This record gives sequence, structure tokens and C-alpha cells, in this order.
Amino acid sequence: MAAIARPLMLLAAVAAACQPLAISQAPPAASAARFVVVLDAAHGGDDPGARLGNESEKDLTLGLSVKLRSLLMARGISVVTTRESGADVDAFARAEIANRANAAACLNLHAALVNSKSGPAVHLFLSSLPSAANPTFVPWNTAQSAWIQRSNELAGELNAALTHAGITVTLGQAALPAIDSMACPAVAIEVAPQRQTVAQDAATSDDAGFEGQVAEALAAALVEWRADGGQFAAQPGDRRP
Amino acid sequence: MIPRHQTVLFVILLLASVIMGAVLWNQLRRAHERLLRGQNAAPTQAPLVAPAEQATLMVADDADNSVAPRILTLPLPQNPEARLRAVLGKLLDLYAAPDAAHPVPGGASSIAQVFLVPIAEGSAKASPTSPQLAVVNLTSAFAAGHPSGLQAETLTVLSICETLHANLPLVTQVRFLVDGQQRATLAGHADLTRTYSAAEMGPQP
Repeated sequence: MAAIARPLMLLAAVAAACQPLAISQAPPAASAARFVVVLDAAHGGDDPGARLGNESEKDLTLGLSVKLRSLLMARGISVVTTRESGADVDAFARAEIANRANAAACLNLHAALVNSKSGPAVHLFLSSLPSAANPTFVPWNTAQSAWIQRSNELAGELNAALTHAGITVTLGQAALPAIDSMACPAVAIEVAPQRQTVAQDAATSDDAGFEGQVAEALAAALVEWRADGGQFAAQPGDRRP
Repeated sequence: MIPRHQTVLFVILLLASVIMGAVLWNQLRRAHERLLRGQNAAPTQAPLVAPAEQATLMVADDADNSVAPRILTLPLPQNPEARLRAVLGKLLDLYAAPDAAHPVPGGASSIAQVFLVPIAEGSAKASPTSPQLAVVNLTSAFAAGHPSGLQAETLTVLSICETLHANLPLVTQVRFLVDGQQRATLAGHADLTRTYSAAEMGPQP
């Protein structure tokens, strides 16, 4: 037995040393029992993101992350955040935090001003990576390719909850390094609270209300995701019976 | 008999005239070169003498996060690169219009160049029918003025890629440069370091 195990260990060590790889198989059953949500507030540090009136996107996403964390923890859901302050965290570190958490859902939070005729809206984005055919081992920066189907299901759950709350939702795909490296069901969420034509000062209080509404809807969607057993659904690379 | 001092003076004046003429000619040539450098020699608008042809623009709409085809008749040059540049210029002119569904300032002059590079698979030699990589060189003014946002930037990139593929199906991949340099993102979100697959984004029959 030891004679077989030794070459295997050596092979694993060589593979790990060659390049960063993401093991994209589903979390083991023991850790899957713990329902964890990763909240990734985009931007930070020297990268303020978009300007929304007097605030920057990095502050708004952090505020939304804090609000959503409170709502989820009140519902008994464990939350891991990629940043708790205005400091910058690079895309590699964000993905590392998410992948270590064995998360059932990873939400990459954005905010923007959108000149939309339909008013306030939430835009949901999936990774534009193609779904991986053999997802057991994939390069780090395409780890999400093994989770496209699950991410799609999570986006459907979020879409349903947001629409139920009366919020306009659009769906799309985007090339985002932050979620492309995540080995979990991951969705980028862009909260677009106001139109550019609205006076910035007058819109501030409405924005806070809209963000609260969005946070409530997202929390409800994640509770539903947990109830539906979304985190236990079969994965392309799942080896469990 | 002309006095000697008058001959010397005449020669000096003649030499001065020749030197001054040479200096003026040189300054005129340098000013002309400076003027040409200031202009972008490639056309930003399709020349009006070219025959009018149909072009498919894949136009983005912020309201429903969609990209839909719009067929316009434009005078287009025969050279494929100039042709694609003219088509993209028209697309960005639509976005720069006051009532645009996907408002982006800049217009046609935001496309500095479009280059086509054959994609040779393996050791195969590139042929005229080989798939092409389109390299779109945007101006830094366009990137600086582009609205920052996941949806806004993604739609711009998507509509450019789809427009290229719709007008030249051989374009299967697209890369972006800004002022000839690689740039991390368009305005903080859309990744410009990767090669986009235009074939997969293209309009479905």
C-alpha cells in the first residue's frame, strides 16, 4: 500500500509545484453540511471603482456586504467576507478566500450608476468561461468553468427572489477575474440604484432603501438556496455516490 | 569695371539669400511634417466616394442588458481593416448620440486602429480564409470617459466583438489595446487582458 501511496504523493507534490490548480470537485460531505456564503465586496484601496454621486463603488459594496452579512447571520448562515475595510484585496486573494471556505454560494458585489429607462435595477452576471468537460483539475484562473451549471442555478434563485421583491433584474455573462478563479457557485451582482439623470443629493436616501431591499431579497434567495439543497447538487466532477 | 568691394558685397548677399531660402524651405518641411503627425492619417469616417453597403451593427441596450442587430447602409472602404474601423466608428457614433440606449462618449474617433492577424493553427500556414484575430486599438480618451460599471463595460466589449464578427465572419477572436498598450480593464471592470471569442458571441442564425 505504501509503495503505491508514495508515487501518488510525489505526483501530487509535483503537480502542486508546477502551477496553481483549483480542485474543482464538490466539497466533501463533512464540510458540505456547513452552509457558508462568501461575500466579495469588489474594489478597495486605491481602486475606488465607479463614482456614485458622493460615494465610491468600493464603499457602497462594502456597505452592502456588511448589511447582507448581518441578515444572513441572523438567519443562521455562516458568512466569510473577502474584505472588512477599505483596503484593497487582489483577485487572487479573493478567490483564495472563497475557495478555502468551501462555500455554497459566492457573491461578488458591485454597484454602478446606470442610465436605464427602467430605473433602479440589479444586474446578475455569470462567468463567461465555457463549462469544463473534465473539471477534476483545472487551471486556477478558470476554476469557475467547473461550476457554471451550479452558478446558473444560483443566479436563477437570486433572480426569482429579486423579481419577487419587485426589483428589475437583468442577466448576463462577463469576463471577471474575481469570479473566474472561484471554485464555488458564483454570481457577480451589480446594484444599480439610480439613474444618472436623478439629482445626486435627492437620491441618497432612496439608494439606502433600495440597497436594503436588495439585501433582503438576496438573503431570502440564499435561505431558499439552502432549503433547496443547492449546495449539495451533483457536480460534473463529483465523485460521491 | 565693377569695383571689387561691390563684387564682394554682391556675392555675400547672394550667399545670404541662398542660405535664407534653404532655412525657410527646411522650416516649411518640418512644419508640414509636424502637421501630418498631429493628424490621424487613417480615415475616421468612411469615404463618401466608396459604394454604400449594408453593415450589421450589434447595438447594446442598457435597459434589458441586450445586444441586438441593426442593419445600416454605409459607404465602406474595401480594405477589411479600414472597413471594420469604419463600422465600429459608426457603432460608437450611435453610443455617443444624446438619446443612446447605451450612452458612451467618444464617437468614431475612439477607434484608433483595427488590425487583423491570421490565426494559424499548429504549423499550418495562414491562408486568406484562415480565422482572424482582430486587434482593436482604442484611444485612452475613450477608456477614460467610459462609464464605469460591470454592465456598461461588458456591453461595450460584447457589442464591439459581435459587430466585428457580424461584418467579417472570419474574425473569431478579438483583443483590445488602449493607445497601443495592454490595459487591465476598460474602466475598472471589463477585462481587457484576455482574448475574446467573437465566434461564440456572434449572432445566431
